Amino acid sequence: MKTKSLEIESRTERLIAVREFVSSAAREFGFGDEEISKIALAVDEACTNIIKHAYKYDPGKSITVTVRGRHASFEVCVSDTGRGFNPNGVPSPDMKEYLAHYRRGGLGMYLMRSLMDNVEYNIQPGMQNEVRLTKILHR
Amino acid sequence: MSDFKIAHRERDTVNVIELKGYLDAHTAPRLEEAFQNLVNGRRFNIVVNCRDLSYISSAGLGVFMAFIEDVRKNKGDIKLSNMSAKVYNVFDLLGFPLLYEIVPDEAEAVKRFTGKTK
Repeated sequence: MKTKSLEIESRTERLIAVREFVSSAAREFGFGDEEISKIALAVDEACTNIIKHAYKYDPGKSITVTVRGRHASFEVCVSDTGRGFNPNGVPSPDMKEYLAHYRRGGLGMYLMRSLMDNVEYNIQPGMQNEVRLTKILHR
Repeated sequence: MSDFKIAHRERDTVNVIELKGYLDAHTAPRLEEAFQNLVNGRRFNIVVNCRDLSYISSAGLGVFMAFIEDVRKNKGDIKLSNMSAKVYNVFDLLGFPLLYEIVPDEAEAVKRFTGKTK
């Protein structure tokens, strides 16, 4: 599969275009409906986090989504030039405790980790931040 | 926007919200507004019919978390019905079925509030 990119403005109404772009590439790579849904949701969460936290809803900024296939690995790289963060400083929530205390927010990173086989961050604040989401296709 | 629709109706004194389409960070504020209107009107018995809900992200799940405590403090509840397997899987991944009653159909959800068999 050829490497493909989509650049969007940092606006939540563009999330649907991201999901369609990633779903179509994942289907071309060979994934079935269930796995495609997981990948699209994980990438939505990555973009939503960027819009909310890295760009603080500034619609003048842009997000680049790049998909590539490497052997059985389907990789989606989501990059921005906004405020960085320390991904190791964001602990995964204990869901039982989270639900028992009616907590809010912070589920995006947890969902990405749960839905994908690997999630890696490369954060260079103000320059380029990148989250790389990988799913393995079991043929 | 045509990618998400909310309808509200009453059924046996229970407030039914029907969701259609894609519930993400873009459309979640509209569900938040719908819940806020119900809470402001002190209508705390709520069923969310998800029959036509095609998609939910954490932004949508966050709206349910935002209101459940307030609704239950007022002796009400938010129950969900008619959920597709795809949407249920997202709720399940996060353990939400521990906190929310999710039933196969709307009539059953309404019955759990009213005690009526219909």
